[in-house]
Amino acid sequence: MLARLFPHPLLSLVIVAVWVLLANGPAASSLAMGLLLGLVLPLLTRPFWPERPRVRAPLTVIEYGLIVLFDICVANLQVAYLILFRRPESLRSRFVVVPLDTRVPEAIVTLAGTITMTPGTVSCDVSADGRALLVHALDVDDPDRLVATIKGRYERRLVEIFG
Amino acid sequence: MNGSLALIGEALVALLILLGSFFMLVGSFGLLRLPTLMQRLHAPTKATTLGVGGILIASMLYFLFTTGRLSIHELLITLFLFLTAPVSAYMLAKAHLHRSRAEPTLPNTGRPAGWATFDPQAEAADPEEGLRPQGTSSHARQP
Repeated sequence: MLARLFPHPLLSLVIVAVWVLLANGPAASSLAMGLLLGLVLPLLTRPFWPERPRVRAPLTVIEYGLIVLFDICVANLQVAYLILFRRPESLRSRFVVVPLDTRVPEAIVTLAGTITMTPGTVSCDVSADGRALLVHALDVDDPDRLVATIKGRYERRLVEIFG
Repeated sequence: MNGSLALIGEALVALLILLGSFFMLVGSFGLLRLPTLMQRLHAPTKATTLGVGGILIASMLYFLFTTGRLSIHELLITLFLFLTAPVSAYMLAKAHLHRSRAEPTLPNTGRPAGWATFDPQAEAADPEEGLRPQGTSSHARQP
């Protein structure tokens, strides 16, 4: 019964949280409206979510978020430095291929988004079989080390989270 | 709120706005300065996140100091920005790969399949199917 009513409990929770944040404060009325939306929206959009993404390690999510936030700050400083102080012709820009170990779509999407937000890299494409990411790097001297960093720092934790 | 605290608060808010504006400016300057489209993509996706972030934190602090209430709209703006920036960068990159017919210049996937932008098989087959673990179709777990 409860599973029929809430096909995606996590999605419902996120909708309630976003609605309360939108109302800028946990007033009873906004909480009620949020609960209503959290109940109705997942039911209406159920055909689009045939499977329920599983989050296996909630603590790793927090760790991952903090690491990514830190890396975003570093990325900003690095890219700002490259833009301001390096001659554009001297940048060693190139495409790099990141082979994927994980097959979970949610993990791949999160990894691609993280790569775009972090130091000097933008994810551009995925291979047709979903086993490799095409990444463009702004300035890289050792492509292998970049790939190793992406896999060790981000993908390893995403595999822990999404399995 | 007493005088000296207000001064410190205002200075902090001003500093954060200046820091944010600086990174926004650098992002826009990067668009102008970098020569190729792929390189230009780096400037707005990154330099601007810290720019917007600085201004949003300044806004939170300002409302905390003036009204005494914590404003949390800004966290949502950050969240939506982090969700949309990679997607728009991805769409721009994909459009660029199509327009410039860049396939021969790309590195090999290291797999039998090509890149999804160019591999005609990807369009023929169910695009979700390739990403699912083997043996479980997208409807297998439906009750």
